[in-house]
Amino acid sequence: MTYRVGQRVRVAARPHEGHHRTPGYVKGKTGRIERVHASFTNPETRAYGENGLPEQRLYSVGFTHGDHLVYVDIFEHWLKEAK
Amino acid sequence: MHDRGGWSSDAPIDRSEHTLADWELLTDALVGALGRQGVMNVDELRRGIESMPPDEYERASYYERWLYSAETILTEKGLIAPGELDARLAG
Amino acid sequence: MSHDHDHAPITNGDEPAAAARAHALEELLVEKGVLRREDVREGIDWLVSRTPADGARLVARAWVDPEFKQRLLEDARAAALELGLDPGPSPVLVAVENTAHVHHMVVCTLCSCYPRALLGPPPDWYKSFPYRTRAVSDPRGVLTEFGVELDDDVELHVLDSTADIRYLVIPRRPDGSEGLTEEELAALVTRDSMIGVAQPELRLLR
Repeated sequence: MTYRVGQRVRVAARPHEGHHRTPGYVKGKTGRIERVHASFTNPETRAYGENGLPEQRLYSVGFTHGDHLVYVDIFEHWLKEAK
Repeated sequence: MHDRGGWSSDAPIDRSEHTLADWELLTDALVGALGRQGVMNVDELRRGIESMPPDEYERASYYERWLYSAETILTEKGLIAPGELDARLAG
Repeated sequence: MSHDHDHAPITNGDEPAAAARAHALEELLVEKGVLRREDVREGIDWLVSRTPADGARLVARAWVDPEFKQRLLEDARAAALELGLDPGPSPVLVAVENTAHVHHMVVCTLCSCYPRALLGPPPDWYKSFPYRTRAVSDPRGVLTEFGVELDDDVELHVLDSTADIRYLVIPRRPDGSEGLTEEELAALVTRDSMIGVAQPELRLLR
């Protein structure tokens, strides 16, 4: 596990051709780790018949969004520590 | 097209509901059985749905998208031949 | 990404066409030995057995038993199994609690991920484009449409189920429900309240 609850992280803004589960509305955004989930197979490769290994850690990341907060489950390889 | 969170919308939410038709239950169960058999996983299902041409994606009903995806993925894996389902329906 | 074969479009909203297609696909797959008909039937039986009554039992137990509620919040899958409920194939189930200070609402902006094992099939509106968009951009507006008005000082947390986690909302126990049995409490817990677009209310029990 790379990130801790409460830590600020930034979601990669990179374009990704093909199946992935990081929604566009959080790409490039900064949020805070709300939960550290378990690790799961990578849907980006499983979607093309591969086994999805190695498993990647999943995090619930919270973003302020106007008058509310949005929590999105994001894989570790999409996150970087935010200053 | 499938990534809907970033869109702006003030469209009202239609709260009417419908009981799933037999063919919809069947489609759901087919996909589930394919998953349990290790033939097609949920990520492939989603990828197949996402591969729909945008106008078809918008027009299709929920389980029509599942059917499209199943056919796409099964054809890709060589488990059904291209056009085999059409031929079955026509013949 | 496009698929590289042509087929007659099924996406014309013509239900009989899609129905015929689904049946033909089943026939084809059974003939080819890819699936057994029994596996498909079992799948249908499971689907039609799923109702929000299961989720409601989890909520009602959490309302009356604070220690169970803690277990539910820590590991919802295990808590469901404790009550003899089927938490479903999804690897992880997470229960989140609505309080006087925080209200949760669940969406899947990318498709339709939903805790079906405990709530039954998702309603059409949950899978609709307007909900998938507005749950993130205008959740208070969505709640107003659903008849829920939150005080300004209540934090609104929208959970977007983008991966393998399925979320279940533990709604707030209604005021005045102190004298009710667990079964009566479960009857107050609606599917929509476990999605986070409704609040259970005391109503006349028959």
